[in-house]
Amino acid sequence: MGRKILFVTTDQQRYDAIGANGGTVGRTPVIDALAAQGRRYERAHPQSVVCMPSRSTIITGQHPSTHGVWMNGVPLAADAPSVVETLHDAGYRTALIGKPHFEPFLDPFLKFPENQFSTRGLTGLHRGFEHFEAATHGGQGMLHYARWLAANHPEAVRMFYPVLDGALEVNAMGGGETDAPQVWVNDIPREWYHTDWVADRTISWLDSLDAADDWFCWMSFPDPHHPWDPPKSELGRIDWRDVPLPEGYIADAAEREAVLDDKPRHWRAWYDGRLVSNYEAPLNWVPAAMTADQVREVNQRNAIECELIDEALGRVMKAIAAKGWADDVDVVFTTDHGEFQGDFGLLFKGPYHVDSLMRLPLVWRPAPSSGAVPATVTRPVGLVDLAPTFCAIAGVAPNDWMEGKALPVDDADADARGFERVLTEWDSELFGVDVHLRSIFRDGMLLTAYRKGYSHDGTEGELYVMADDPHQRVNRWDDPAYAAVKADLLDDLWSNQPEQVMPLQPVIAPV
Amino acid sequence: MTLGSVRHHVRIHRPAADVWVLAGDPTRLHEWFPGIVSCQVDGTTRVITLGSGMPMPEEITIHDNTLRRFQYRIAAPIFQYHRGTIDVLDMGDDTCVVVYTTDADPRTMALTIGGGTLGALHELKRQMETPAPDVAGAEDGAL
Repeated sequence: MGRKILFVTTDQQRYDAIGANGGTVGRTPVIDALAAQGRRYERAHPQSVVCMPSRSTIITGQHPSTHGVWMNGVPLAADAPSVVETLHDAGYRTALIGKPHFEPFLDPFLKFPENQFSTRGLTGLHRGFEHFEAATHGGQGMLHYARWLAANHPEAVRMFYPVLDGALEVNAMGGGETDAPQVWVNDIPREWYHTDWVADRTISWLDSLDAADDWFCWMSFPDPHHPWDPPKSELGRIDWRDVPLPEGYIADAAEREAVLDDKPRHWRAWYDGRLVSNYEAPLNWVPAAMTADQVREVNQRNAIECELIDEALGRVMKAIAAKGWADDVDVVFTTDHGEFQGDFGLLFKGPYHVDSLMRLPLVWRPAPSSGAVPATVTRPVGLVDLAPTFCAIAGVAPNDWMEGKALPVDDADADARGFERVLTEWDSELFGVDVHLRSIFRDGMLLTAYRKGYSHDGTEGELYVMADDPHQRVNRWDDPAYAAVKADLLDDLWSNQPEQVMPLQPVIAPV
Repeated sequence: MTLGSVRHHVRIHRPAADVWVLAGDPTRLHEWFPGIVSCQVDGTTRVITLGSGMPMPEEITIHDNTLRRFQYRIAAPIFQYHRGTIDVLDMGDDTCVVVYTTDADPRTMALTIGGGTLGALHELKRQMETPAPDVAGAEDGAL
């Protein structure tokens, strides 16, 4: 009998959303306890800051340039490598419960298995998952959660915020007390909400296993990704008026705009409402009009959703203990990418490589039976390192196609095994607007180089010295004092860049 | 208004006239468009049914056998505007290029429908370039 793996992901959650990383708005005692017992990573980056490419990196152990999901709307190839298949082949029972998003959600022709399964009454096999129950951010659609809700609680289907508007754009409609975008009062009872459904279905699947089974379960919560519409019954947990503004929020508009003007021009163009270069932000929302109170209310809802996830995870941990597995389960907790949450006067995500979107919570609590020593790891790691980590836990050799390395157990291990840098990439093309970024984090510095695109001539970039500038307000790209540092980082960035598989696979849906 | 345009094409190693027999027949779209399960044509009205069970009414606006161009408009309420165009272009060497263009408002529907058209073009190419079954062999049980 080997070690079992509970892999927990949230969607669009910042580093500081959990207490163990200094978060103070939402309470996350379960995750904090896991962090105290295990390894907490202070510099974990995604290889893309949007869902489909990032999730494809997790399952393949490859950078987006390699696995080919270069933007949302590009499906992961049906025959793409999968660490879950590796584990399944090694005898692991395997499940994904919650949000997958390896394939587009907007699928009227029902082309993709993720969307076909619930229609056909199936729960797998898919990408190595023998059990597959899918959910996303609302009560409508073709996934298992939506069908469960429609069958059992049809009155609740339309209680959620409509994440897309009538034109299928990300909705800009405001709600709550401040009219903040994607904020909503959701009348759904908590026990019908997708967070609790994911935990319920996870517990149900675990209960179906034999005590001697080895298993890998990816429990994938759709929250705290927008819409910010937790159950109304939970809103009293936190008064939005008491929520502090994030440190990355610049209260003075003139100062904020000067900071944005110091970055490549698509930053300010988005802020002013002149250019929405990507599908992941509302087309009809102007960030410059966002008020401080709207930021507070968004972050109140976000924190409540994080609390619900923590409590759901706590229920699953109790169920694991009740099965007698408490000493034999590794728990890995992370997310796919971050969220602005008001930093720089922005919300949502896009081609903006700063900590708001790139610095992720990552906790690995090894099975207590392994005797692992708790540690805080400060060296850079990536979600690309998760697949080989799962292999290491399971005691199977990593596949040749994996581009990462098993996560270091501490900084000494990281140094010994060459965890010097982590790379992130962005490519998007949306109705003639293309954006291309390549980033490297190394030695406490974050550099992003821009390739030629709709708004950029290929000479732009960003360089931040994190120790002096933890909120990335001072762009050193054109600072002569940092010319040598910039040249060194650029050389490192391009010499370690994975070769992009060409031709690019076509975009076949917005998301 | 958010008008979007998506265009896909495929090179098929069959004469344009042969390809047009299938691609230009409005009653046979479901034979090569994955995710469309049926087509019913009545004059210039066509109703397709998607794999999800959703019916989609369309108006055929151009059906030109000389130009080998087929155009249609989806008449569902979600569309402020839609025009789908299938062109079969003779390359002069017994091959052709089939171009499938989707213009739509809202623009997101151009991407969503356009994703389907790409799969359709690949299926059209597959069908047109797959050798016809050996009927004699089939009778012999060779298939």
